[in-house]
Amino acid sequence: MIEIDNVHKSFGDLAVVKGVSLTVNKGEVVSIIGGSGSGKSTLLMCINGLEPIQKGSIRVDGVEVHDSTTDLNRLRQKIGIVFQQWNAFPHLTVLENVMLAPRKVLGKSKCDAEELAVQQLTHVGLADKLKTFPGKLSGGQQQRMAIARALAMSPDYMLFDEATSALDPQLVGEVLDTMRMLAEDGMTMVLVTHEIRFARDVSDRVAFFRNGLVHEIGSPDQVIGNPVHAETAAFLKSVK
Amino acid sequence: MFSTGFSSNDLLFLLNGAWVTLQLTFWSILLGSLAGLLFGLLRALLPRASLPLAWVLDVFRSVPLLIQFVLFNSLKSIVGLNISAFSVGCIVLGVYAAAYFTEIVRAGVLSVPFTLRRASRSLGLSFLQDLRWIVLPMATRVAFPGWLNLVLGVMKDTALVMWIGIVELLRASQTIVTRIQEPLLVLCIAGLIYYVMSLVVARLGARLERRWQEND
Repeated sequence: MIEIDNVHKSFGDLAVVKGVSLTVNKGEVVSIIGGSGSGKSTLLMCINGLEPIQKGSIRVDGVEVHDSTTDLNRLRQKIGIVFQQWNAFPHLTVLENVMLAPRKVLGKSKCDAEELAVQQLTHVGLADKLKTFPGKLSGGQQQRMAIARALAMSPDYMLFDEATSALDPQLVGEVLDTMRMLAEDGMTMVLVTHEIRFARDVSDRVAFFRNGLVHEIGSPDQVIGNPVHAETAAFLKSVK
Repeated sequence: MFSTGFSSNDLLFLLNGAWVTLQLTFWSILLGSLAGLLFGLLRALLPRASLPLAWVLDVFRSVPLLIQFVLFNSLKSIVGLNISAFSVGCIVLGVYAAAYFTEIVRAGVLSVPFTLRRASRSLGLSFLQDLRWIVLPMATRVAFPGWLNLVLGVMKDTALVMWIGIVELLRASQTIVTRIQEPLLVLCIAGLIYYVMSLVVARLGARLERRWQEND
Protein backbone atom coordinates (compact mmCIF):
# COMPACT_ATOMS: atom_id res chain seq x y z
CA MET A 1 0.00 0.00 0.00
CA ILE A 2 1.24 3.49 -0.86
CA GLU A 3 0.03 6.13 1.61
CA ILE A 4 0.61 9.72 0.56
CA ASP A 5 -0.30 12.14 3.30
CA ASN A 6 -0.41 15.92 2.86
CA VAL A 7 2.77 16.05 0.74
CA HIS A 8 4.31 19.39 -0.11
CA LYS A 9 7.13 19.66 -2.61
CA SER A 10 8.77 22.75 -4.04
CA PHE A 11 11.74 23.52 -6.23
CA GLY A 12 13.26 26.59 -4.66
CA ASP A 13 10.45 29.12 -4.37
CA LEU A 14 8.24 27.27 -6.79
CA ALA A 15 5.68 25.12 -4.96
CA VAL A 16 4.74 22.22 -7.20
CA VAL A 17 2.88 19.84 -4.92
CA LYS A 18 0.81 21.64 -2.30
CA GLY A 19 -0.64 19.10 0.08
CA VAL A 20 -1.59 15.95 -1.79
CA SER A 21 -3.07 12.98 0.01
CA LEU A 22 -3.72 9.76 -1.84
CA THR A 23 -3.77 6.09 -0.96
CA VAL A 24 -3.05 3.37 -3.47
CA ASN A 25 -4.12 -0.08 -2.35
CA LYS A 26 -2.47 -3.35 -3.28
CA GLY A 27 -3.59 -4.50 -6.73
CA GLU A 28 -5.11 -1.16 -7.58
CA VAL A 29 -4.47 0.85 -10.74
CA VAL A 30 -4.63 4.59 -10.14
CA SER A 31 -4.27 7.07 -12.98
CA ILE A 32 -3.27 10.65 -12.44
CA ILE A 33 -4.35 13.12 -15.11
CA GLY A 34 -3.98 16.87 -15.27
CA GLY A 35 -2.32 19.69 -17.14
CA SER A 36 1.43 20.20 -17.26
CA GLY A 37 2.81 21.79 -14.13
CA SER A 38 0.04 20.31 -12.00
CA GLY A 39 2.58 18.35 -9.95
CA LYS A 40 1.65 14.85 -11.07
CA SER A 41 5.07 13.75 -12.35
CA THR A 42 6.82 15.35 -9.42
CA LEU A 43 4.66 13.41 -7.00
CA LEU A 44 5.70 10.18 -8.73
CA MET A 45 9.38 11.04 -8.24
CA CYS A 46 8.72 11.61 -4.55
CA ILE A 47 7.14 8.17 -4.11
CA ASN A 48 10.43 6.35 -4.50
CA GLY A 49 12.55 9.11 -3.01
CA LEU A 50 14.12 10.41 -6.21
CA GLU A 51 12.95 13.84 -5.10
CA PRO A 52 12.90 14.98 -1.47
CA ILE A 53 9.70 16.46 -0.03
CA GLN A 54 9.33 19.48 2.24
CA LYS A 55 6.33 18.45 4.27
CA GLY A 56 3.99 15.52 4.81
CA SER A 57 4.80 11.84 4.51
CA ILE A 58 4.84 9.00 2.03
CA ARG A 59 4.74 5.43 3.29
CA VAL A 60 5.20 2.38 1.11
CA ASP A 61 4.18 -0.84 2.85
CA GLY A 62 4.47 1.08 6.12
CA VAL A 63 8.02 2.26 5.44
CA GLU A 64 8.54 6.00 5.62
CA VAL A 65 10.19 6.94 2.28
CA HIS A 66 11.53 10.31 3.35
CA ASP A 67 13.09 9.23 6.61
CA SER A 68 16.85 9.57 6.85
CA THR A 69 17.12 6.03 8.28
CA THR A 70 15.29 4.45 5.35
CA ASP A 71 17.45 2.44 2.98
CA LEU A 72 16.21 3.95 -0.28
CA ASN A 73 18.23 1.57 -2.47
CA ARG A 74 16.39 -1.30 -0.81
CA LEU A 75 13.00 0.37 -0.98
CA ARG A 76 13.43 1.17 -4.69
CA GLN A 77 13.80 -2.53 -5.44
CA LYS A 78 10.10 -2.96 -4.96
CA ILE A 79 9.03 0.20 -6.76
CA GLY A 80 9.61 0.06 -10.50
CA ILE A 81 9.41 3.27 -12.45
CA VAL A 82 9.16 3.91 -16.19
CA PHE A 83 10.03 7.37 -17.44
CA GLN A 84 8.83 9.53 -20.26
CA GLN A 85 12.28 9.55 -21.90
CA TRP A 86 12.72 5.77 -21.84
CA ASN A 87 16.28 6.10 -20.48
CA ALA A 88 17.89 3.02 -21.97
CA PHE A 89 21.55 2.64 -21.01
CA PRO A 90 23.13 3.15 -24.44
CA HIS A 91 26.39 1.32 -23.74
CA LEU A 92 24.65 -1.94 -22.80
CA THR A 93 22.74 -4.38 -24.98
CA VAL A 94 19.02 -4.87 -24.41
CA LEU A 95 19.77 -8.02 -22.43
CA GLU A 96 22.47 -6.30 -20.35
CA ASN A 97 20.17 -3.34 -19.66
CA VAL A 98 17.69 -5.70 -18.05
CA MET A 99 20.30 -7.89 -16.34
CA LEU A 100 22.23 -5.06 -14.68
CA ALA A 101 20.09 -4.39 -11.62
CA PRO A 102 19.24 -8.04 -10.83
CA ARG A 103 22.97 -8.81 -10.93
CA LYS A 104 24.36 -5.81 -9.09
CA VAL A 105 21.51 -5.00 -6.73
CA LEU A 106 19.95 -8.41 -6.05
CA GLY A 107 23.28 -10.23 -6.42
CA LYS A 108 21.91 -12.84 -8.80
CA SER A 109 24.32 -15.01 -10.76
CA LYS A 110 24.89 -14.19 -14.41
CA CYS A 111 22.96 -17.29 -15.38
CA ASP A 112 19.93 -16.53 -13.20
CA ALA A 113 19.87 -12.88 -14.20
CA GLU A 114 20.00 -13.81 -17.87
CA GLU A 115 17.16 -16.28 -17.52
CA LEU A 116 15.10 -13.66 -15.72
CA ALA A 117 15.90 -10.98 -18.28
CA VAL A 118 15.06 -13.21 -21.24
CA GLN A 119 11.77 -14.08 -19.60
CA GLN A 120 10.85 -10.43 -19.04
CA LEU A 121 11.95 -9.38 -22.51
CA THR A 122 9.93 -12.18 -24.06
CA HIS A 123 6.97 -10.99 -22.02
CA VAL A 124 7.17 -7.53 -23.61
CA GLY A 125 7.84 -8.95 -27.09
CA LEU A 126 11.56 -8.24 -27.43
CA ALA A 127 12.89 -11.81 -27.42
CA ASP A 128 14.50 -11.26 -30.83
CA LYS A 129 16.39 -8.10 -29.74
CA LEU A 130 18.47 -9.44 -26.87
CA LYS A 131 21.91 -8.64 -28.33
CA THR A 132 20.82 -5.37 -29.93
CA PHE A 133 21.97 -2.03 -28.56
CA PRO A 134 19.16 0.39 -27.60
CA GLY A 135 20.25 2.93 -30.21
CA LYS A 136 19.05 0.53 -32.89
CA LEU A 137 15.56 0.18 -31.40
CA SER A 138 12.47 2.29 -32.01
CA GLY A 139 11.16 4.44 -29.19
CA GLY A 140 8.36 1.99 -28.50
CA GLN A 141 10.80 -0.90 -28.29
CA GLN A 142 13.07 1.07 -25.98
CA GLN A 143 10.14 1.88 -23.75
CA ARG A 144 9.06 -1.77 -23.62
CA MET A 145 12.65 -2.63 -22.74
CA ALA A 146 12.50 -0.08 -19.92
CA ILE A 147 9.34 -1.79 -18.66
CA ALA A 148 11.05 -5.19 -18.77
CA ARG A 149 14.04 -3.69 -16.96
CA ALA A 150 11.84 -2.45 -14.14
CA LEU A 151 9.90 -5.72 -14.00
CA ALA A 152 13.10 -7.78 -13.72
CA MET A 153 13.43 -6.50 -10.16
CA SER A 154 10.06 -8.15 -9.37
CA PRO A 155 8.62 -4.91 -8.01
CA ASP A 156 5.41 -4.79 -6.02
CA TYR A 157 4.55 -1.41 -7.48
CA MET A 158 4.98 0.09 -10.92
CA LEU A 159 4.97 3.84 -11.52
CA PHE A 160 4.58 5.15 -15.07
CA ASP A 161 5.55 8.74 -15.71
CA GLU A 162 3.90 9.70 -19.01
CA ALA A 163 5.35 6.54 -20.49
CA THR A 164 3.93 7.20 -23.96
CA SER A 165 4.23 10.99 -24.20
CA ALA A 166 7.56 10.99 -26.03
CA LEU A 167 6.58 8.31 -28.55
CA ASP A 168 5.49 8.63 -32.15
CA PRO A 169 1.71 8.13 -32.33
CA GLN A 170 1.96 4.80 -34.14
CA LEU A 171 4.21 3.42 -31.35
CA VAL A 172 1.96 4.37 -28.46
CA GLY A 173 -0.29 1.33 -28.88
CA GLU A 174 2.39 -1.30 -28.31
CA VAL A 175 3.47 0.31 -25.03
CA LEU A 176 -0.11 0.76 -23.82
CA ASP A 177 -0.77 -2.92 -24.63
CA THR A 178 2.19 -3.89 -22.46
CA MET A 179 0.89 -1.72 -19.62
CA ARG A 180 -2.60 -3.13 -20.01
CA MET A 181 -1.17 -6.64 -19.77
CA LEU A 182 0.53 -5.70 -16.51
CA ALA A 183 -2.66 -4.24 -15.09
CA GLU A 184 -4.53 -7.41 -15.97
CA ASP A 185 -1.83 -9.43 -14.18
CA GLY A 186 -2.81 -7.60 -11.00
CA MET A 187 0.18 -5.27 -10.69
CA THR A 188 -0.31 -2.27 -8.42
CA MET A 189 0.20 0.70 -10.69
CA VAL A 190 0.23 4.47 -10.58
CA LEU A 191 0.08 6.02 -14.02
CA VAL A 192 0.65 9.62 -14.87
CA THR A 193 -0.85 9.80 -18.32
CA HIS A 194 -2.43 11.89 -21.02
CA GLU A 195 -4.08 8.85 -22.60
CA ILE A 196 -7.52 9.51 -21.20
CA ARG A 197 -9.25 6.61 -22.91
CA PHE A 198 -6.58 4.21 -21.72
CA ALA A 199 -6.85 5.57 -18.18
CA ARG A 200 -10.57 5.01 -18.27
CA ASP A 201 -10.11 1.43 -19.48
CA VAL A 202 -7.51 0.14 -17.05
CA SER A 203 -7.86 2.26 -13.92
CA ASP A 204 -9.71 1.48 -10.74
CA ARG A 205 -9.55 5.13 -9.81
CA VAL A 206 -8.63 8.33 -11.59
CA ALA A 207 -7.27 11.45 -9.91
CA PHE A 208 -7.38 14.85 -11.59
CA PHE A 209 -4.54 17.09 -10.45
CA ARG A 210 -4.73 20.83 -10.61
CA ASN A 211 -2.30 23.41 -9.17
CA GLY A 212 -0.47 20.84 -7.08
CA LEU A 213 -3.61 19.41 -5.50
CA VAL A 214 -5.98 16.51 -6.07
CA HIS A 215 -8.89 18.37 -7.55
CA GLU A 216 -11.15 15.42 -8.14
CA ILE A 217 -10.79 11.70 -7.55
CA GLY A 218 -13.09 8.76 -8.10
CA SER A 219 -13.98 5.92 -10.41
CA PRO A 220 -12.99 6.40 -14.06
CA ASP A 221 -16.60 6.53 -15.14
CA GLN A 222 -17.31 9.25 -12.66
CA VAL A 223 -14.19 11.45 -13.09
CA ILE A 224 -13.85 11.03 -16.85
CA GLY A 225 -17.44 10.22 -17.78
CA ASN A 226 -19.26 12.56 -15.50
CA PRO A 227 -16.91 14.99 -13.72
CA VAL A 228 -18.25 16.99 -10.80
CA HIS A 229 -15.93 19.97 -11.19
CA ALA A 230 -16.00 22.37 -14.09
CA GLU A 231 -12.14 22.41 -14.22
CA THR A 232 -12.05 18.65 -14.70
CA ALA A 233 -14.56 18.86 -17.51
CA ALA A 234 -12.60 21.70 -19.11
CA PHE A 235 -9.36 19.72 -18.94
CA LEU A 236 -10.95 16.61 -20.43
CA LYS A 237 -12.37 18.65 -23.22
CA SER A 238 -8.97 20.21 -23.94
CA VAL A 239 -7.17 16.88 -24.31
CA LYS A 240 -9.78 15.17 -26.43
CA MET B 1 76.97 12.60 -54.54
CA PHE B 2 75.11 12.20 -51.24
CA SER B 3 77.30 11.30 -48.32
CA THR B 4 76.45 11.61 -44.65
CA GLY B 5 78.17 11.34 -41.34
CA PHE B 6 75.03 9.77 -39.84
CA SER B 7 76.03 6.28 -38.73
CA SER B 8 74.08 3.30 -37.48
CA ASN B 9 75.45 4.08 -34.03
CA ASP B 10 73.81 7.49 -34.24
CA LEU B 11 70.51 5.85 -35.10
CA LEU B 12 70.87 3.60 -32.08
CA PHE B 13 71.58 6.69 -29.97
CA LEU B 14 68.39 8.30 -31.29
CA LEU B 15 66.35 5.18 -30.61
CA ASN B 16 67.69 5.13 -27.07
CA GLY B 17 66.48 8.71 -26.73
CA ALA B 18 63.11 7.66 -28.15
CA TRP B 19 62.91 4.94 -25.51
CA VAL B 20 63.45 7.56 -22.79
CA THR B 21 60.71 9.66 -24.40
CA LEU B 22 58.33 6.69 -24.29
CA GLN B 23 59.16 5.96 -20.66
CA LEU B 24 58.64 9.58 -19.67
CA THR B 25 55.33 9.61 -21.54
CA PHE B 26 54.19 6.36 -19.96
CA TRP B 27 54.91 7.34 -16.35
CA SER B 28 53.62 10.88 -16.62
CA ILE B 29 50.42 9.73 -18.36
CA LEU B 30 49.94 7.03 -15.73
CA LEU B 31 50.34 9.57 -12.94
CA GLY B 32 48.27 12.17 -14.79
CA SER B 33 45.46 9.75 -15.60
CA LEU B 34 45.07 8.38 -12.08
CA ALA B 35 45.21 11.81 -10.47
CA GLY B 36 43.10 13.39 -13.22
CA LEU B 37 40.44 10.70 -12.90
CA LEU B 38 40.18 11.26 -9.16
CA PHE B 39 40.24 15.06 -9.45
CA GLY B 40 37.81 15.06 -12.38
CA LEU B 41 35.29 12.96 -10.46
CA LEU B 42 35.61 15.30 -7.50
CA ARG B 43 35.11 18.31 -9.76
CA ALA B 44 32.05 16.82 -11.42
CA LEU B 45 30.36 15.33 -8.36
CA LEU B 46 31.28 17.90 -5.69
CA PRO B 47 31.72 21.08 -7.74
CA ARG B 48 31.55 23.47 -4.84
CA ALA B 49 33.71 21.61 -2.34
CA SER B 50 36.40 20.97 -4.95
CA LEU B 51 36.67 24.57 -6.09
CA PRO B 52 40.07 25.16 -4.39
CA LEU B 53 41.36 22.13 -6.28
CA ALA B 54 40.34 23.80 -9.54
CA TRP B 55 42.30 26.92 -8.62
CA VAL B 56 45.44 24.91 -7.95
CA LEU B 57 45.10 22.94 -11.18
CA ASP B 58 44.55 26.18 -13.09
CA VAL B 59 48.06 27.23 -12.09
CA PHE B 60 49.54 24.10 -13.65
CA ARG B 61 47.51 24.57 -16.81
CA SER B 62 48.45 28.22 -17.18
CA VAL B 63 52.18 28.39 -16.42
CA PRO B 64 54.38 27.31 -19.37
CA LEU B 65 55.70 23.82 -18.89
CA LEU B 66 59.30 24.92 -19.34
CA ILE B 67 59.02 27.28 -16.37
CA GLN B 68 57.49 24.50 -14.30
CA PHE B 69 60.40 22.19 -15.13
CA VAL B 70 63.06 24.71 -14.23
CA LEU B 71 61.28 25.88 -11.08
CA PHE B 72 60.61 22.40 -9.78
CA ASN B 73 64.16 21.33 -10.59
CA SER B 74 65.53 24.28 -8.62
CA LEU B 75 63.13 23.66 -5.80
CA LYS B 76 64.40 20.10 -5.66
CA SER B 77 67.96 21.37 -5.13
CA ILE B 78 66.90 24.02 -2.62
CA VAL B 79 65.00 21.66 -0.32
CA GLY B 80 67.59 18.92 -0.92
CA LEU B 81 65.18 16.40 -2.41
CA ASN B 82 67.24 13.47 -3.59
CA ILE B 83 65.42 12.38 -6.75
CA SER B 84 66.65 11.94 -10.29
CA ALA B 85 66.03 14.38 -13.11
CA PHE B 86 63.96 11.65 -14.73
CA SER B 87 61.63 11.56 -11.71
CA VAL B 88 61.36 15.34 -11.78
CA GLY B 89 60.38 15.10 -15.44
CA CYS B 90 57.73 12.49 -14.70
CA ILE B 91 56.27 14.41 -11.76
CA VAL B 92 56.07 17.77 -13.52
CA LEU B 93 54.64 16.27 -16.71
CA GLY B 94 52.32 14.07 -14.65
CA VAL B 95 50.89 17.00 -12.71
CA TYR B 96 50.54 18.97 -15.93
CA ALA B 97 48.70 16.06 -17.57
CA ALA B 98 46.52 15.64 -14.45
CA ALA B 99 45.48 19.29 -14.65
CA TYR B 100 44.29 18.83 -18.22
CA PHE B 101 42.81 15.38 -17.71
CA THR B 102 40.76 16.65 -14.75
CA GLU B 103 38.78 18.87 -17.11
CA ILE B 104 38.41 16.07 -19.67
CA VAL B 105 37.02 13.70 -17.03
CA ARG B 106 34.74 16.39 -15.64
CA ALA B 107 33.27 17.06 -19.07
CA GLY B 108 32.81 13.32 -19.62
CA VAL B 109 30.99 12.78 -16.34
CA LEU B 110 28.78 15.82 -16.88
CA SER B 111 27.87 14.56 -20.35
CA VAL B 112 25.99 11.61 -18.86
CA PRO B 113 22.33 12.69 -18.84
CA PHE B 114 20.90 13.24 -15.41
CA THR B 115 17.82 11.26 -16.41
CA LEU B 116 19.91 8.13 -17.04
CA ARG B 117 21.45 8.35 -13.60
CA ARG B 118 18.00 8.80 -12.17
CA ALA B 119 16.83 5.69 -14.03
CA SER B 120 19.67 3.61 -12.68
CA ARG B 121 19.10 4.83 -9.14
CA SER B 122 15.39 4.03 -9.49
CA LEU B 123 16.36 0.40 -10.12
CA GLY B 124 18.00 0.32 -6.71
CA LEU B 125 21.62 0.90 -7.76
CA SER B 126 23.58 2.73 -5.10
CA PHE B 127 25.50 5.93 -5.80
CA LEU B 128 28.73 3.99 -6.31
CA GLN B 129 27.11 1.28 -8.42
CA ASP B 130 25.60 3.96 -10.64
CA LEU B 131 29.05 5.53 -10.95
CA ARG B 132 30.74 2.24 -11.76
CA TRP B 133 28.24 0.73 -14.20
CA ILE B 134 26.56 3.72 -15.84
CA VAL B 135 28.48 6.96 -15.40
CA LEU B 136 32.07 5.76 -15.87
CA PRO B 137 31.47 3.59 -18.97
CA MET B 138 29.49 6.35 -20.65
CA ALA B 139 31.89 9.12 -19.62
CA THR B 140 34.82 7.05 -20.92
CA ARG B 141 33.45 7.16 -24.45
CA VAL B 142 33.18 10.93 -24.28
CA ALA B 143 36.52 11.53 -22.55
CA PHE B 144 38.62 9.08 -24.54
CA PRO B 145 39.41 11.23 -27.60
CA GLY B 146 40.46 14.05 -25.29
CA TRP B 147 42.64 11.69 -23.32
CA LEU B 148 44.28 10.43 -26.52
CA ASN B 149 45.03 14.00 -27.55
CA LEU B 150 46.60 14.55 -24.18
CA VAL B 151 48.83 11.48 -24.56
CA LEU B 152 50.09 12.71 -27.92
CA GLY B 153 50.57 16.22 -26.54
CA VAL B 154 52.51 14.98 -23.52
CA MET B 155 54.67 12.76 -25.73
CA LYS B 156 55.82 15.85 -27.60
CA ASP B 157 56.08 17.97 -24.45
CA THR B 158 58.59 15.46 -23.06
CA ALA B 159 61.07 17.18 -25.38
CA LEU B 160 61.21 20.01 -22.83
CA VAL B 161 62.88 17.83 -20.21
CA MET B 162 66.16 18.19 -22.04
CA TRP B 163 66.43 21.55 -20.26
CA ILE B 164 66.85 19.75 -16.95
CA GLY B 165 69.49 17.43 -18.39
CA ILE B 166 67.68 14.33 -19.54
CA VAL B 167 68.78 12.82 -22.81
CA GLU B 168 65.59 11.97 -24.65
CA LEU B 169 64.87 11.92 -28.37
CA LEU B 170 65.25 15.63 -29.09
CA ARG B 171 68.34 16.07 -26.90
CA ALA B 172 69.89 13.01 -28.52
CA SER B 173 69.32 14.44 -31.98
CA GLN B 174 70.90 17.76 -30.96
CA THR B 175 73.97 15.94 -29.72
CA ILE B 176 74.34 14.29 -33.09
CA VAL B 177 73.70 17.53 -34.94
CA THR B 178 76.51 19.17 -33.00
CA ARG B 179 78.89 16.45 -34.09
CA ILE B 180 77.99 15.79 -37.73
CA GLN B 181 76.60 19.26 -38.60
CA GLU B 182 73.65 17.90 -40.59
CA PRO B 183 70.67 19.38 -38.74
CA LEU B 184 68.10 18.87 -41.49
CA LEU B 185 68.73 15.16 -41.86
CA VAL B 186 68.92 14.45 -38.13
CA LEU B 187 65.83 16.49 -37.29
CA CYS B 188 63.93 14.77 -40.08
CA ILE B 189 64.85 11.39 -38.64
CA ALA B 190 63.94 12.49 -35.10
CA GLY B 191 60.66 13.90 -36.39
CA LEU B 192 59.93 10.66 -38.19
CA ILE B 193 60.45 8.71 -34.97
CA TYR B 194 58.03 11.02 -33.12
CA TYR B 195 55.57 10.59 -35.95
CA VAL B 196 55.73 6.79 -35.89
CA MET B 197 55.31 6.68 -32.11
CA SER B 198 52.29 9.01 -32.28
CA LEU B 199 50.82 7.09 -35.19
CA VAL B 200 50.86 3.82 -33.24
CA VAL B 201 49.13 5.42 -30.26
CA ALA B 202 46.56 7.18 -32.45
CA ARG B 203 45.78 4.04 -34.44
CA LEU B 204 45.30 1.93 -31.30
CA GLY B 205 42.96 4.60 -30.00
CA ALA B 206 41.00 4.85 -33.24
CA ARG B 207 40.49 1.10 -33.26
CA LEU B 208 39.05 1.20 -29.73
CA GLU B 209 36.74 4.07 -30.65
CA ARG B 210 35.47 2.24 -33.70
CA ARG B 211 34.55 -0.72 -31.57
CA TRP B 212 32.50 1.53 -29.28
CA GLN B 213 30.83 3.30 -32.15
CA GLU B 214 29.57 0.07 -33.66
CA ASN B 215 27.30 -0.14 -30.65
CA ASP B 216 25.73 3.26 -30.93
